[in-house]
Amino acid sequence: MKIGTLRFEKKQTVSLYKKILNPIVFIILGMAFSCVFIAAAGFQPIAVFAKMISYSFLSAKGFSSSVNAALPLMFCGLSVAIAFKMNLNNIGAEGQYAIGAILGGGFALYGPDLPAPFSWIAVFLLCALGGGLWALIAAALKAYWKINETIVTLMLNYIALLLLDYLCYGPWMAPKQTTAMTSTIPKSLYLPMINGISSGVFLAILIAVLLYLFLRYTTVGYRIDVIKNSVRSAEYAGIPVKKFILIVFVLSGALAGLAGFVEVTGILHRVQSQLPRGSGYTGIVIAYLSQFNPLAVIIVAILFGGLQNGSAIVQIMGVPSQIATMIQGTIMVFVIVGEFFNHYRISVDREEKKGGART
Amino acid sequence: MEKTAILEMKGITKKFENVMANDHIDLQLFPGEIHALLGENGSGKSTLMNVLLGIYKPNHGEIFFNGEKVNMKTPKNAADLGIGMVHQHFALIQPLSVAENIFLSIEKGSFILNQQKIEKQISEYSQKFALDVDPKAKIWQLSVGEQQRVEIMKLLCRDSRILVLDEPSAVLTPQEANEMFKTLRRMADEGKSVIVISHKMNEVMEHADRITVLKNGRIADEMLAAEASIERLTRAVVGERDIAQVIHKPQHQDKDLLVEATQLRVFNDKGLVALHDISFQLFEGEIFGIAGVAGSGQRELAEALAGVRKISSGSVAMKGVPITNKNIEERISMGISFIPEDRLKMGLIPGMNMMKNAILKEFKARDYSKYGILRNKSIRALTQSYVQRHDIKHGGLDLPVGLMSGGNQQKLLIAREINGKPLLIIAAYPVRGLDIGATVSIHQTLLEQRDRGACVLLISEELDEIFEMCDRVAVLCDGKLMGIRNTDETDYGEIGRMMSGESA
Repeated sequence: MKIGTLRFEKKQTVSLYKKILNPIVFIILGMAFSCVFIAAAGFQPIAVFAKMISYSFLSAKGFSSSVNAALPLMFCGLSVAIAFKMNLNNIGAEGQYAIGAILGGGFALYGPDLPAPFSWIAVFLLCALGGGLWALIAAALKAYWKINETIVTLMLNYIALLLLDYLCYGPWMAPKQTTAMTSTIPKSLYLPMINGISSGVFLAILIAVLLYLFLRYTTVGYRIDVIKNSVRSAEYAGIPVKKFILIVFVLSGALAGLAGFVEVTGILHRVQSQLPRGSGYTGIVIAYLSQFNPLAVIIVAILFGGLQNGSAIVQIMGVPSQIATMIQGTIMVFVIVGEFFNHYRISVDREEKKGGART
Repeated sequence: MEKTAILEMKGITKKFENVMANDHIDLQLFPGEIHALLGENGSGKSTLMNVLLGIYKPNHGEIFFNGEKVNMKTPKNAADLGIGMVHQHFALIQPLSVAENIFLSIEKGSFILNQQKIEKQISEYSQKFALDVDPKAKIWQLSVGEQQRVEIMKLLCRDSRILVLDEPSAVLTPQEANEMFKTLRRMADEGKSVIVISHKMNEVMEHADRITVLKNGRIADEMLAAEASIERLTRAVVGERDIAQVIHKPQHQDKDLLVEATQLRVFNDKGLVALHDISFQLFEGEIFGIAGVAGSGQRELAEALAGVRKISSGSVAMKGVPITNKNIEERISMGISFIPEDRLKMGLIPGMNMMKNAILKEFKARDYSKYGILRNKSIRALTQSYVQRHDIKHGGLDLPVGLMSGGNQQKLLIAREINGKPLLIIAAYPVRGLDIGATVSIHQTLLEQRDRGACVLLISEELDEIFEMCDRVAVLCDGKLMGIRNTDETDYGEIGRMMSGESA
């Protein structure tokens, strides 16, 4: 039998129903595929997944820790999403997160004592400022010298993480500690927990909603959309494109910096080496899967938080952490591939003409 | 004499969303003929050809090649049968040479690039078909007309038997167009079949053998070119719709000075001088034409006045206020409007909907946003008023403008540009590539703007348009201003000589 040609056709519109169903189908496929190496490692695949899901999403305690794990992911996802709304490839959320945590955390640890709401506000603003300033470096290089922001933000990540390492191993390391972490911040700065869920989640949801409305209904959001679609038409209409690159990039960095705020004040209560733990990169995947929709970022981030949380819990069953990470990676790859099928239809053309197929 | 058709399309029907782009179209093509497809933009010509080329799949209909039914599933199927097309936008790789481009397009190209063999083939075809192409030249060095010849050469080297050309004369001077049709005739004499998509009636009557007229996706008329007349073609193309005639009103005297440009020097994208220290004055209530062959500095002049391009030396003042260093936003608010030549690259945003395109320059106005929040209701009303006033045909205000036909896109762009009652309207080739209906409507609009007191700077390659529309005309040649004339005191001959660089 002759094999026909594969054809990829771009779909014009995707229904909401399919947008939601599609990732679920591919998560299940990814889980099915993961069964191979779970079984190979000598575990019961069904039992492992049952444990993951029932703990991460179906138990109250497990779900709250899934949401807490998702908290920095939400901010990193929002950060990447807003940047991409103007075709800016900010892959530096990781570094902006770290600098935000350094500035805000440093103030929390060593800054003056302020009365309750002001101390929070100060740490909040400093985290946003740290992330924003770190992003401004890449933004200015991009706007004024057209230097590729992808590479600059990536390189800045290494600098930021090494700076964080230096502080945590060096001057900021808590006395009598063997691991690279600071002492805890004052209790008065702890974000309250509500039923085991950090109240930072409400901040994330609020910001996501505001961002969504901002992009959709304001003249600034409109101009961002114009620049994304056509820089030349934006210039033609008198929109200051360079200024917008700076604004949007700094906003994106500030959101990543806020991941530092919620993690330091809400979860860890200290600054530590390698604090972002890849959240900035996972944020890219989350933003992509959410189609850069801020509201979807929140939901997808919780899924990813649950995945992280679930792979931690199965380690109690004796599943090695490497296997757990493989499960995470496999499901991620399947969901990304699934995204492709949301936008393209594949059909097979069988050649009918004789001699049409060449070997 | 009964000839057998090499190609037969039967009952081709193609639907897009709710629009019938092709509605049961039958078309026959014979060897050795030049067949013209005539019709306004959006009449279905391009869709039909895209079906033939295997780019679109028709909803119904069959295609027969040499009497045998064929299935055009991919462009490769069409290429294998020897059907090739020269698109309006050429598919050439700029840094490569002519021979290299042609090599790439030959599907059975060998692994090793045999430059000599290809060059020999090219020069052979060059002679045979009077198709002057230098195989060693790089594409970027060639004029648009020469690039078109390379595209035709590509099809010849692929042994195409059916050649489709989409609006081939749109980018050519009249002389070049004549040369091209001579080449096409030689190819037809060799037994090849040529389909020419066009909306120019004179051209198809002169050069084609048969003419098929499409209207609203259906065949409106078909005839031998010998039987065609302008009246019959017009009736088929525009139907019974009444076309308002453009009336050129005499200009009124003693007008106020609007723009004074002194010693303008502007560079092009390649960093070369595009305008050599030119000076001119523009008055309120006039249409000031800029004539010249393509690439004489027209684009740079338009962009420099609009503020999109930097003025390197010299000065421009509007109503006595210097604007040389003013940015685009300031110039817009002073009343400068700009209709750019490539509307989908600059001017309109194809991926955004009509409403978002309609407010591109006015989103800050109090009517359309309050405290930075867009007022969708009034934006919709504004867009609706554009649609009504300019008779814009569209599939919905929420659909991307990239899906609209060229004429309707241009009407939307012009509606937006004249909405703020500008003082100066810079119009670069505003009707290029548009059908008669849209052309008349746009000319009418520009004349209304002049009568309102605005100055229209009209850049055009068509002398007919210049003489029909303009009060005065300036001629550019190689970035130099050859002179300025009142259109009723000069003639085609003089302007033509100035365009070719003869100083008057």
